Amino acid sequence: MTLKRTLAALGAVLPLALAGGASAAEGKIKELKEPSWTWEGIFGRYDQQQLQRGYQVYREVCSSCHSMKLVAFRHLAEDGGPFYLEECPVELGLPSTTDCSDPAANPIVKALAADYQIEAGVDDSGDPLIRPGLPADYLPSPYANRQQAMLANGGAYPPDMSLLVKSRVKGRNYIYSLITGYEEPPAILDVPPGQYYNPYYPGDTASMVREEYLDEEGHILHEYELPPGGAFKMAPPLQDGIVTYEDGSPETVDQYARDVVSFLQWSSEPKLEQRKEMGGFVMLYLFAFAGIVYASYRQIWRNVEH
Amino acid sequence: MSHESTYVPGTGFERWVDKRLPLVRLGYDSFIDFPTPKNLNYWYTFGGILSIILVWQIVTGIVLAMHYTAHTDYAFQSVEMIMRDVNYGWLLRYAHSNGASMFFIAVYLHIARGLYYGSYKEPREILWGLGVVIFLLMMGTAFMGYVLPWGQMSYWGATVITSLASAVPLIGDPIKTLLWGGFAVDNPTLNRFYALHYLMPFLIAGVVILHIWALHVPGNNNPSGVEVKTKKDTVPFHPYYTVKDGFAIVCFFILFAAFLFYMPNTLGHPDNYIEADPMVTPAHIVPEWYFLPFYAMLRAITFDIGIPFTDIVLINSKLGGVLVMLGSILILFVLPWLDRSKVRSMRYRPVAKLWLILFFLDVCLLGWLGAQLAEQPYILISQLATAYYFAYFLIVLPVLAITETPKALPRSISESVTADKAGMRKRKTPVGMTAGGSHPAPAE
Repeated sequence: MTLKRTLAALGAVLPLALAGGASAAEGKIKELKEPSWTWEGIFGRYDQQQLQRGYQVYREVCSSCHSMKLVAFRHLAEDGGPFYLEECPVELGLPSTTDCSDPAANPIVKALAADYQIEAGVDDSGDPLIRPGLPADYLPSPYANRQQAMLANGGAYPPDMSLLVKSRVKGRNYIYSLITGYEEPPAILDVPPGQYYNPYYPGDTASMVREEYLDEEGHILHEYELPPGGAFKMAPPLQDGIVTYEDGSPETVDQYARDVVSFLQWSSEPKLEQRKEMGGFVMLYLFAFAGIVYASYRQIWRNVEH
Repeated sequence: MSHESTYVPGTGFERWVDKRLPLVRLGYDSFIDFPTPKNLNYWYTFGGILSIILVWQIVTGIVLAMHYTAHTDYAFQSVEMIMRDVNYGWLLRYAHSNGASMFFIAVYLHIARGLYYGSYKEPREILWGLGVVIFLLMMGTAFMGYVLPWGQMSYWGATVITSLASAVPLIGDPIKTLLWGGFAVDNPTLNRFYALHYLMPFLIAGVVILHIWALHVPGNNNPSGVEVKTKKDTVPFHPYYTVKDGFAIVCFFILFAAFLFYMPNTLGHPDNYIEADPMVTPAHIVPEWYFLPFYAMLRAITFDIGIPFTDIVLINSKLGGVLVMLGSILILFVLPWLDRSKVRSMRYRPVAKLWLILFFLDVCLLGWLGAQLAEQPYILISQLATAYYFAYFLIVLPVLAITETPKALPRSISESVTADKAGMRKRKTPVGMTAGGSHPAPAE
């Protein structure tokens, strides 16, 4: 049994095994929608326009409840980020010494940060210092603490969004499906007030089935099927036209969702572009090197029967 | 080391050094002129691959340690700071976390190679035992390393695994408290795990040196399982195996790079990107993929063992699970004495070979079961798979050592190579093809 033959056999069997594992891991939610994303695949990259729109949706909609504690304004201006500038835009008339590719000098991000008032420790007389935001500041959180956030949201804590895509199974498709997937609850469910039914939310619908659809033992009547998903405390966040785009992109829930998920993907994985770019070089190098080493191997072993 | 030294110091300086500390001679005899069987296949390249990854993990780990903060309030943020703000921090961190997975892929294939070609048998028992020690140290290191990012799986994985200590009667609870440094997984736990995670790779490196020493005394086993007879059976390690191992290492790094650059989170768990929260238990606590077979065996013991027809419980299910999990690795130490067959290589053991392949499938099945929920039918399948895992060592191998009739062994490595080549040619000629297509019998 040589390694080569075993690898060939594994190549045939492994995809089947992995497919089986994936389906077994899924709970009872509706099958996720799978839109195509620009950053998928070996050569996938972010669409900077889309990241900018996504940031707009985050700022105008999501950020009223969800924090993004790991992202600073300067990150938005880094290579691969939504507001990265290679060169200063001419129309701004900045002095020629300004390097707009430097996240701290990026005029767009400076302006975005300055829109916020930031508590920054104390001033020289020991009083609390509140000043306009700087690129070095982290995105301000909507609530002062977890308790306040929960009180404002019916007892549910809106999770921090910095790593949301990476911290959910198939995060990008899950979040996209969730925010575009709200629907009227099926007739057999009685959704408590302040909660919203969503077929993609990994909750529990069994506890919400109306009594008339249950038998004496509390099981659902056999002619009915338990609906997928669950109910949770986030109201449908998006409606058509809720955010006004300046670049003429369609102002629809679907477009908003695609844009904000792209932005959340970026905030989870801001170095994706550098990673894939370096990966390309490393792969080329390794394949070429493997070829050279293999040729040396054949040359060195040519007179040895083995 | 066991062979006669052929090192000839070339210059006056080399002679001067050689008289005082023959370090160059040691290196030369171990890695340049070491006589190595000429028929080692690619399964034998994982030792070299593993030593490279050990160095890789130590180097990336030390640089990560320069940026990491071992405190429950800052650990998660400091890891994210590495990912976002440290120059090439994302590369270091992904290289280290995926490197751990690559380490285990390589070590499992290395162990499987040893099982298949009987590399644990006389006179290599100590070599094998040291390998098991390395494996145990690796598991400890990987487990503690996974706790450091202080995500949900870090915290809850640490809680589940350290709580196992409390299964031990009498001293279990004190051991658990010692592991925790308190009465729950908390900052002292994180600190001591960090210290140990930094220490243990160097212990591994030390045992690896002993492992290589113990390899160089009897010399390599080989796919035929027949000992080296003459110089014609061997080639010098350099350049023959440096280039062959080198090729395998480069190929392995292609696999590594595919994960590192294109699927860096595929082998991890999404929950670990949520900061540890002692108030929220994840729905489904699973260890990293490389622990899944052992986790399945741990969970397979759902019953107490006691004296029949009484209520006396000798071993409760928790302790039973821990014993089975530990036993599944410790049993490897005594494998050389369980398998008494004189024939090393499974090439010449047609019956044992099938049982061993079944054993490999069994371990893969256990790995799959480890990721499933602890409910039927998975529990029953886990119990059956665990039973076979132990039966292979305790029943199949001892019995086969007596009952099996092995195929005729080649007289030497050279002869086995010649027979292989003849078999290859025969297989490639359609006219001469024989039914079955099994391994060619060695020439008489």
